[in-house]
This record gives sequence, structure tokens and C-alpha cells, in this order.
Amino acid sequence: MNLSKILKNTFLVILLSMVVSACATKKTATIDSQIQGDVYTGTDTVEYLAKGVPDRVFFATNETILTTMSRDTLRKQAAWLRENPSVNVVLEGHADERGTREYNLALGERRANAAKDYLMTYGVSADRISVISYGKERPVDSGSNPLSWSKNRRSVTVKAN
Amino acid sequence: MKKFKLILNTILILFISISKSYSLVEVDITRGNLNPLPIAVSPLFQDNYSNTFFEKELEIKDIGSEISKVIENNLKQSGLFNPLSKDAFLQKPDIAHLKPRFEDWTLIKSQALITGKVTAVDEKLKVEFRLWDVLAGREMLALAFTTVPSNWRRVGHIITDKVYQRLTGEKGYFDTRIIYVSEEGPKTQRIKKLAIMDQDGFNTKYLTLGNELVLTPRFNPTNQMVTYLSYFRNLPRVYLLDIETGIQEVVGDFPGMTFAPRFSPDGKKIIMSFAKDGNSDIYTMDIENRIVERITNHPSIDTSPSYSPDGKFITFNSDRSGYQQIYVMKSDGSNVKRISFGKGLYGTPVWSPRGDLIAFTKLHKGKFYIGVMRVDGKGERLLTENYYQEAPSWAPNGRVLIFYRETKSNDKGEGFTAKLWSIDLTGYNERMVNTETDASDPSWSSLLSN
Repeated sequence: MNLSKILKNTFLVILLSMVVSACATKKTATIDSQIQGDVYTGTDTVEYLAKGVPDRVFFATNETILTTMSRDTLRKQAAWLRENPSVNVVLEGHADERGTREYNLALGERRANAAKDYLMTYGVSADRISVISYGKERPVDSGSNPLSWSKNRRSVTVKAN
Repeated sequence: MKKFKLILNTILILFISISKSYSLVEVDITRGNLNPLPIAVSPLFQDNYSNTFFEKELEIKDIGSEISKVIENNLKQSGLFNPLSKDAFLQKPDIAHLKPRFEDWTLIKSQALITGKVTAVDEKLKVEFRLWDVLAGREMLALAFTTVPSNWRRVGHIITDKVYQRLTGEKGYFDTRIIYVSEEGPKTQRIKKLAIMDQDGFNTKYLTLGNELVLTPRFNPTNQMVTYLSYFRNLPRVYLLDIETGIQEVVGDFPGMTFAPRFSPDGKKIIMSFAKDGNSDIYTMDIENRIVERITNHPSIDTSPSYSPDGKFITFNSDRSGYQQIYVMKSDGSNVKRISFGKGLYGTPVWSPRGDLIAFTKLHKGKFYIGVMRVDGKGERLLTENYYQEAPSWAPNGRVLIFYRETKSNDKGEGFTAKLWSIDLTGYNERMVNTETDASDPSWSSLLSN
């Protein structure tokens, strides 16, 4: 192998690694813009109870704490529910697939209740809200990656009537 | 609910003789066995009349040979035995059963030999078998069974249990069933049914139709009842199902989700979690008088309870320390002690039928492990590591664990599977358990015949 060939190969390797790192950066950027502090902030799976009223809030791994964004969403839901007193809702709590089944059932129940408590604080009466946990049984995104899991850690407010 | 009648026809066991003489052949099951014992399972011999009778009755040719295959497969799956190829056998099954020519069996390096005979007696299946110590040149065990012909696979399992017990000194686990959740369809709309099968994956029966989500079935000590979680009418509740009658009922009158059920060792109570207002605690309900007792009262998640075999203690999963850990308490809820202190999260504790160990699932740095620890939390041993696996259940002799394992999906959600696996307590002999569909949440029955 002569020197020019070696140089050529080296150059190719450098070029390739640049391409690879460029891709990696791009991918990280998209995930970063949709997950903040392990909580999904995108809109991919979100549906709307009414215009401007998102139906779901997301959680960090193993957590049931409501983020600023989640509280904002729930205040919108509460306002809408106060305006529509005939509507009852079911809060469906979910976990991602990276946990034991039984613990996840309890975790989903705790998440849905965190959302319920917040709605009640903003004037929605408890008898209009029921809660169900699906644990990890009903993912909305079937991928096995951090972004998919973040979409699945959720509490979804569903009209019951 | 599909009605399903469990065939538990009594099998008559007739002891012909058990030789008590000291034997050279024995198998140590307390260590990983890297040199499985070479054993020859001769096809069971049958006369022409019996052959024709069973062929007509069961639509199976050469039932004697089929039973020997059941035994052979069981022995192989145990990891302790190496069944030799029948092609190498020199002696005919009928002659071998009367009196083996031990030099023929030594020649093919067999240390133990199983021979037998199948006959049709009053439209019943009669099976005799003998276990021979090839090196010592003597009989170790001889038994006969009579049962209905359709029970022929069970006869194979019972023979395996007897051979296993004679050679290892411990009870077997072959005449047992597994109840599990059969899974089909995409991850986002998975269809789940209760299913029951023989320990070797045969005779699968479905107990529910898949109209509602069902999870975590567990046998009672006599294997006649199952407790499980069902989302019937979208109300997740613990149910009790009588396998024989198909009758099912909700356990207790709880104003919220009940889950994670198991029977007490005497079969009289169901222990489970009840979730309300974001808090899960452990309760029991007496099946006969319906009295409900609260066992834990803590603002954390308390779930996955499992009794010690003497019923005096309960191990459970709690995040009262901030994360999922394993605890042990007295069965009245007093003296709660945390026993898991290793790195990572711990879940699904389940007490060994021998009483000395607790099996668990551990999550650490993105990997899932099945492991065991002593009941004081010491001596933790991880048996297997994988992308996802959980929910171990003990074989009745406390030597083998069955659990389920899931594979990673790609970004489109493809490539996902859920399968049952088993592993020995030694950490050796990891095997996938055959199921007709994808499967999860396995629970091992006790021995069907004792």
C-alpha cells in the first residue's frame, strides 16, 4: 500500500465519521426538543378535548410529579370542565414498559390520581372524575426507545359520556 | 368465559417393588450440572392387541414409544440427564424390560436405563416401568400405573418424577401445569387470554376468550382455582376462577382497583393490593367468610405480596424508601423489614416453596435480572440478565424458576415478542418454554399427583 492510498483511506474515514456524527447530532436534537428532564413535551400523540385543551399529561420515569407544562394543561382541562358541567371524565394512568407489571399498575393509578387531585384543586368535583390504571398494558407508542417510553408515561383525560 | 373441565382422573399407582439397595447412580442437583447423566430410555414395549387398541382409541401409533419420548424430553429439559440416541440401543424393548443385558447398555455409555411395557386392560392404559442401574447391574425402581388412555402424557410425566426422585433424592416437577397469559396482536392493542398447559408445553387450553384484558394468574395449592386480574367491564379487579366449573367471581367489594393476587399457602385467603386515591396497600380476603383484612397502611405503593410456605410471613414490594425495594413482614403486617439493599430497583418477590429463598426481578442500569436472595436479604445471586424479563414463579420442588422475557422493538414497534423461559436455581440450564402464542405471567402449579 503506497502513501497516497493510505492518505486517501484516512481521508475517507474522517469524512465518514463526520457524516456519522452529523446524523447523531441531528437525532439528539429532535429528541431533546421533545423530551425535557425525562418528560415528553411534544404533541405527537396528543388529542384535544376541545380547541386548545390537550387531553394528556406526561411524567418522568418512575415519577408522578406534575411538571409546569402538565399543570398548565390540567388547568385548561379544569376550565373546560367547569364550562361543560355535564361532561364526566375518566383519567387513564399509564406507565412505560420498563417496569414490573404489578408495580406499574400501582404507578399508573398514582399518576391518574395526581392529575385528578389537580383538577379538583381547580374546581372540578370528584364525582365527575373516575380513575383507571392500565399500567404498561396500553402503550400509545410501541417502540422500545426513550422517546417512545416518554410518550407512554401519561395520564389521559377521556370523556366518559 | 369458556367452560373448561380439567381432566384430573385419578391415576392408580401400584408399587411393584422399590429396591432399597445402595446404588452407584446418583445425580447432584445442588450445583450446575455440566456432565448430565447418560441415561437410556427404551421405547415402552406393547403387544399387538394393545397396540391396535390404543391406535384406535388415541389415534396415535406406538403409544409406548410416544410415552418414552415424553420421559426423554423431560429428562433432557431438566439439564441433569443426557438421554442417549435410540439408534444405538442394541436390545429389544420387550427383552430389556424383563432382564437387561447390562453389558449392551454399558457399551453405549449408559449409566441408567428405563424400560417399560404398555398394555390395554379393560379399555384402560396400564403402564409398567423399571429403572435400572446399569453399572451396578440391578433394578432401582419398578412401578405400574393404570389410567384412562387419554392420560398417557401424564403417565410419562409421573414416570419422570419417579425417576428424578430416585436419582436425585428430591421430588420432581414434571407432572405439573403452567397457567399463563397468552398474548397476541400489536403492542398497543394486545389481546390477552388466560391459558393453561402441561409443564412441557402440551395440552394448551384457553380459559378466557380475550374480550377483556387479563393479567397475573396464580394457582391455589390444589390447582383447582386460579386468582387473576381482569378488566371485565373496564373495572380492574381480582377474580377467582374455579377451573373445573368455569365459575368466576370478583374477590371482595372494593371501591377501586384490586391487583397482584396470590393465594395463602393453605388456600383459604387471597392476598392482593388495593389501590385508592393514588395509594396501594396490601389486603387479604378470606374466601369462605369473605372477611377482608388490611395488612399494610402506608402512603407508598405496597404490592406483589407473597406468603412464606408456613404462612407466617409475607414478602412484598414497596417504594416507601423512595424506590421499589423488597420487604418482609409478619403475616399480620407487623415487623416490616427491608431486605433488598443492592444497587438498582427490586420487584416481584416470591417465596420459595422450600422456604429458604426469595426470587425477584431486579432492574439495574437498563438491564433486567432474575435473582434469588435468602429471606434475610443476604446471599443475593443473579441468575440471568436480559433486556427485559420479570415475574419468576417456582417449580414445586424449589429448584427451577419460570419467568417471562420480552424482546426490544425497533422504532416502528416491530420485533416485539414475549416468551416463557425457565432457569435452574444454579443459574444453569436456561431454556425457552414452548407456548402456542406469545406468553407472559407464568405460574407453576404444585405436583398434580403425589
